[in-house]
Amino acid sequence: MGRHSAPEADDAAAAQTGEPLLQVDDLHVEFRTGDGVAHVINGVSFDLRAGETLAVLGESGSGKSVTAQAVMGILDTPPGHVTRGAIRFHGEDMLRMSGTRRRQIRGKRIAMIFQDALSALNPVFTVGWQITETLRKREGMSKKDADERAVELMDLVRIPAARDRLKSFPHQFSGGMRQRVMIAMSLAERPEIIIADEPTTALDVTVQAQIMDLLGDLRRELGTALILITHDMGVVADVADRIAVMYAGRIVEHADVHSLYRNPAHPYTIGLLDSIPRLDDKGKRLRTIPGLPPNLTAIPSGCPFHPRCPFAQDICVTRVPPNMDLGGGRRSECHFADRIVTGELTRPDQEDE
Amino acid sequence: MAEAILTVTDLVKHFPVTRGIVFKRHIASIKAVDGVSLTLHRGETLGVVGESGCGKSTLAKVLMRLEDATSGTAVYNGQDIMSLRGEGLRRMRRQVQMVMQDPYTSLNPRMTVGDIVGEPFEIHPEVAPRGDRRARVRELLDLVGLNPEHINRYPHQFSGGQRQRIGIARALALKPEIIICDEPVSALDVSIQAQVVNLLESLQDEMGLSYIFIAHDLSVVRHICDRVAVMYLGRIVEIGTDDEIYRRPTHPYTQALLSAVPLPDPDAREHRQIIRLQGDVPSPQNPPSGCRFRTRCWKATEICVREDPPLVPREADPHPSACHHAETNTHVV
Ligand SMILES: Nc1ncnc2c1ncn2[C@@H]1O[C@H](COP(=O)(O)OP(=O)(O)OP(=O)(O)O)[C@@H](O)[C@H]1O
Ligand SMILES: Nc1ncnc2c1ncn2[C@@H]1O[C@H](COP(=O)(O)OP(=O)(O)O)[C@@H](O)[C@H]1O
Ligand code: SF4
Ligand code: SF4
Ligand SMILES: [Mg+2]
Ligand SMILES: [Mg+2]
Repeated sequence: MGRHSAPEADDAAAAQTGEPLLQVDDLHVEFRTGDGVAHVINGVSFDLRAGETLAVLGESGSGKSVTAQAVMGILDTPPGHVTRGAIRFHGEDMLRMSGTRRRQIRGKRIAMIFQDALSALNPVFTVGWQITETLRKREGMSKKDADERAVELMDLVRIPAARDRLKSFPHQFSGGMRQRVMIAMSLAERPEIIIADEPTTALDVTVQAQIMDLLGDLRRELGTALILITHDMGVVADVADRIAVMYAGRIVEHADVHSLYRNPAHPYTIGLLDSIPRLDDKGKRLRTIPGLPPNLTAIPSGCPFHPRCPFAQDICVTRVPPNMDLGGGRRSECHFADRIVTGELTRPDQEDE
Repeated sequence: MAEAILTVTDLVKHFPVTRGIVFKRHIASIKAVDGVSLTLHRGETLGVVGESGCGKSTLAKVLMRLEDATSGTAVYNGQDIMSLRGEGLRRMRRQVQMVMQDPYTSLNPRMTVGDIVGEPFEIHPEVAPRGDRRARVRELLDLVGLNPEHINRYPHQFSGGQRQRIGIARALALKPEIIICDEPVSALDVSIQAQVVNLLESLQDEMGLSYIFIAHDLSVVRHICDRVAVMYLGRIVEIGTDDEIYRRPTHPYTQALLSAVPLPDPDAREHRQIIRLQGDVPSPQNPPSGCRFRTRCWKATEICVREDPPLVPREADPHPSACHHAETNTHVV
């Protein structure tokens, strides 16, 4: 599809020189509420290169959506506040940009897809109208051209009989079709980055598979970079290049997809992989992660994972683990990451079960 | 195989679709459950899987008599649950319990945990004399891994996984024989889900429970279930042991469902056959003629339009499958 020939020239150059499209550096976000200050994001850093898929994996409350909201500039403020860090898009810090400049990027060059398509779409407007809203508003496109473009976009996301459905309302679409409408909307201005926050969590597996295939195809066809936020270890394994595992507002492990599954370097990642049942193996008793995720108004001292960690030693209670560089782009925030990744240390608990 | 504890035959639940406010005219019906037959054996876990809207929760509610069946029978202890009344119904409700999907809304927010878990004793006072009830509730909390000291707390003071444990403790209060679990771990994070799955398994071992385990996560179902029933549009399309369903499925729908599950293994794709279904599930208001799956089936032929395939053992594999062209596929997982 000719009109979708992104990435634009400067991104292609960026990909060659390896300069990231997006750099998040030491991001901190707090929520100040009646219950105190919740330290929701506590030093998140990652890069995203043109055309790449980065998955952000973590359990609920780990800070995935808030990270995405901060990047998009749609954080709920107050109570949310970015207290430190930088978010650079093509080298320019979006946190220090004028509001006008930032709005030119949001939705246009970085677009977002939400989990719940039904509540993200407006029930009283037709899908055609919503898909092209920004085109008409921002680019002054005529109604007729906008409709043509909407049909193109709906074809692109494989909504059958697109022209006939231009005038349909969101409730007339199934969950999967609504998610396609959301994707079409996000593509309207040919963004360089799409942030998809749990795009398939509310869908059946058969529909989830269709949507994930679609996102993969679009990325290949259009060269769009993707940040895929999910809690599903399966979805991530299928599509991501790299994975960032979040716990209590930090990226505790960062690795390419193969290394992460084959050879995890952080006790939390090991715990997650151990606790999922496998479709291809009946398995024995599941090994669990004991306890609960921390209360973000009172994050444990030292390593925030220490109350639940089977590998924990005294040092974990008192000292924050370093962000250990394990080579090959792999990082892990654990005092013993180097010995875990080599297999010298193995999970000590629940062995006999 | 153990004896049958529950035998369901041709169970049907249609919801009327009406028009008009004063004079309601019955214009159609939603065939939520449309002829389900299955057997639950003592001490086993029978999984029920299928896409949203295929009738799983309706089946559970009808078996619990929370909804009345349109027709069909479900024989438990020599009696048809569907025709029980009064004392018989009350006794059945002691023996068959349910755990609901949503740990956030299924517990009354104004009742303490002690009251929630002990409530069944109010309805069935013969199970525990009044003076013993607090002690029983504490035992139950301990049994499901909750701190008995928290007996006076309210549901909002617990996490999702803990609330699901509260629901399980309540279901266990009357020492039931059967527990119907409707998506008991779907709303939980993986680390917490594993804790609850292990709990359900050890309770089964200790108390000899039989479970009907409804879920859409096929990996969890494989892990916990002995046998699995696959539902599509109000019908069971294939039923068998976990190996029969996961390693030798013969129904195209089962194969497509399994093939769609992403595996937590980046190299798995190479060895798997990818089957992608087109389109959505048709409306249960007027399911397709013949085989209900035919509008999405890549193997459909003329006979599939004409004849409804019965759920019977097939040449391809001895376990029952409702497909005219049943064939084993060992490459979808
Ligand atoms: N009280 C009701 N009145 C009318 N229709 C109903 C009623 N309850 C359920 N249905 C319909 O019956 C069908 C089966 O619903 P059911 O809740 O059993 O599905 P399910 O398999 O449990 O789905 P899910 O996976 O989403 O929980 C659906 O089409 C649903 O809309
Ligand atoms: N608008 C808000 N007000 C207060 N707290 C919030 C708000 N949004 C998110 N949080 C808190 O921030 C933490 C991280 O949330 P989120 O990023 O949504 O997690 P997830 O990883 O599940 O996407 C949670 O503890 C959540 O309660
Ligand atoms: S630093 Fe200590 S507590 Fe933290 S993950 Fe490593 S071993 Fe566990
Ligand atoms: S009976 Fe026909 S349409 Fe139905 S599943 Fe089998 S091949 Fe497909
Ligand atoms: Mg989220
Ligand atoms: Mg249901």
